[in-house]
Amino acid sequence: MTTDAVESVDAAGVVPAADVGFLQRYGATIEYILIPGAALVGALAVFGAFIAIYGKNPLDLYFYMYYGAFGTWFSWQNTLTRAAPLILTALCTALPAQLGMVIIGGEGALLIGALTATSAALALQGAAPIVVQVAMVIAGVIGGGLWITLSGALRQYRGVNETISSLLLVYIALAILNHLVEGPMRDPASLNKPSTREIGAANMIGSIPGTEVHWGLVFGLVAAVAAYVLIYHTTFGFAARVAGGNIRAAKIVGLSVSKLILTVCFLAGGCAGLAGMIEVAAVQGRTNANLAAGYGFTGILVAFLARQNPLAIIPVAILLGGISASGGLLQRRLGLPDASVLVLQGIIFVFVLASDALYGRIGFLKGKS
Amino acid sequence: MADASIGLWTVPLAVFGGAIRVSTPFLFVSLGECITERSGRINLGLEGTLVMGAMSAYGISYLSGSPWLGVLAAGVTGAMFGALHAGICSLPRVNDIAVGIALMLLGTGLAFFLGKPLIEPTAARLPAIDFGWWSDVPQLRAALRINVLFLIGVAIAPLLYWAFRTTRWGLLIRTAGESADAARAMGHSVLLIRLRATMVGGFLAGIGGSFLSLFYPGSWNEGLSSGQGITAVALVIFARWDPMLCLWTSLAFGGAAALGPALQSVGITSGYHLFNAAPYILTLAIMIITCSPKRTVTGAPAELSITR
Repeated sequence: MTTDAVESVDAAGVVPAADVGFLQRYGATIEYILIPGAALVGALAVFGAFIAIYGKNPLDLYFYMYYGAFGTWFSWQNTLTRAAPLILTALCTALPAQLGMVIIGGEGALLIGALTATSAALALQGAAPIVVQVAMVIAGVIGGGLWITLSGALRQYRGVNETISSLLLVYIALAILNHLVEGPMRDPASLNKPSTREIGAANMIGSIPGTEVHWGLVFGLVAAVAAYVLIYHTTFGFAARVAGGNIRAAKIVGLSVSKLILTVCFLAGGCAGLAGMIEVAAVQGRTNANLAAGYGFTGILVAFLARQNPLAIIPVAILLGGISASGGLLQRRLGLPDASVLVLQGIIFVFVLASDALYGRIGFLKGKS
Repeated sequence: MADASIGLWTVPLAVFGGAIRVSTPFLFVSLGECITERSGRINLGLEGTLVMGAMSAYGISYLSGSPWLGVLAAGVTGAMFGALHAGICSLPRVNDIAVGIALMLLGTGLAFFLGKPLIEPTAARLPAIDFGWWSDVPQLRAALRINVLFLIGVAIAPLLYWAFRTTRWGLLIRTAGESADAARAMGHSVLLIRLRATMVGGFLAGIGGSFLSLFYPGSWNEGLSSGQGITAVALVIFARWDPMLCLWTSLAFGGAAALGPALQSVGITSGYHLFNAAPYILTLAIMIITCSPKRTVTGAPAELSITR
């Protein structure tokens, strides 16, 4: 607060002062919504121009994207079904980001989580469905969690860059999955598409009543809210943010940085592993190469677009779930290749990162200070 | 089967041939990344550049009938991606690693989008030089059919080594990478140096991609590159930012990557996927051995975000 602001109160009464107060209080929040929003609009415009060069009408594109994502109850359900794993894989990037780590291996943790969850289900055949489901959740979280903990441990104890190691682990996870579904875990009956045996219809987690959206969405929402509470309203989260801001300060005040890194990486990987478990228990019913559908990579984009905030991840995941849900419609109605969704995601990512330069530079949001 | 005549010797021979054939993309990407990282910036997007290069080389070769025009197109595409990376990174507060991830996704997506019509047709491929004419063993002859791009890559490595040490450009790049302030004090624009270094890096990575689509495996499909780009970026760290070490490690990686197909050719098919993951496991193992939490890696450019 400066004398300037005080003077304006005296001169013009309450209203302008409230204005200044509003901007000073919420300016940062408005920025966090306005700038990524503008980046999104810019990316859509560039993608529209790209599609126009390709010879299609960009207005048709926008209409079908909206229609395919949010136009009908059916498309809403499709969107929400895709948003569920995206929330969880985005958390896999957003949680370590609080510690200043860039983890991009959510896809690998998803695959490993799917494998461990499937193994648990297959080992417990004949048990009550609820037992199998709980075991699958635990196995998926542990599998995915340990996978990302590996990246965290390599960084902490060996100084290996976590971005590169987590990405290399994606390819290794994919190789393990392919090896297991084509070898030791293969269901002999799966001829064209090598897969594991099915976990059994009784063990599937099913849909939320009245919808065709599976319960995975609720898992995702709970995880996102829990992550938010953990980071912003617990001592642990505070410690993590301190270590992310200044690792030396964290060490000086006696925080165990190793423990923080390993725990956060485990939770992050656990989220992605849960996404893998959900894809098995709610969609595929078994593990095969279909699981490598790129949710882990889109999750990175979701996390960056949400500025690594677990609550913001929810709407962003729904938005990007919508974009990928509309992909099928774009293919059918406009004859666009299925990769157009990937192109749009890439353009959005580039715009969002470039927009980082805008923070603190928008004149009217600075208020008078 | 001719295989029977030399028996299990097929495996080391195939690994040897693979070391030459498979290593070429590793070599180009790692040399390109070496230049970029020496200037103080890391471009993780070279995975996307590699795929884009492969697609554009195949497309141009198919349309023009000249594979060399395709190689050039791949290089230019790569340089454009490099310029995009450097352009975004020059904005304030933008993280170069994140931009690399974005360009990895964008490059792959764009290549799949534009390359959709290229999956069916066959493009003119790059010619190979037959160094094995003196031999009667077909496997040896196959192993010694060497592409010119490989030879160019082998030539670039010592050239770069020399350029970093003795030329003005090499000194400028190293200055920008070791201390941006020093480069600024000398009156040079760090952003411009890094822009050029990233563009040259992208150019080389694009050419690496053209090798994938125009020589080995020699066709365009969406599974063409699976992490070669990112492996090559990691390889630069292991090679301590030394172009000559980049050459030797690329050869080693090529050999590791050829192990899976080589074993398959003699009938050892179990664990095929695991052998295919050998380069990634090797990269990870090497990074574990060479990195240390106590100090930055020897030879690392001081401005590099990944080692700080």
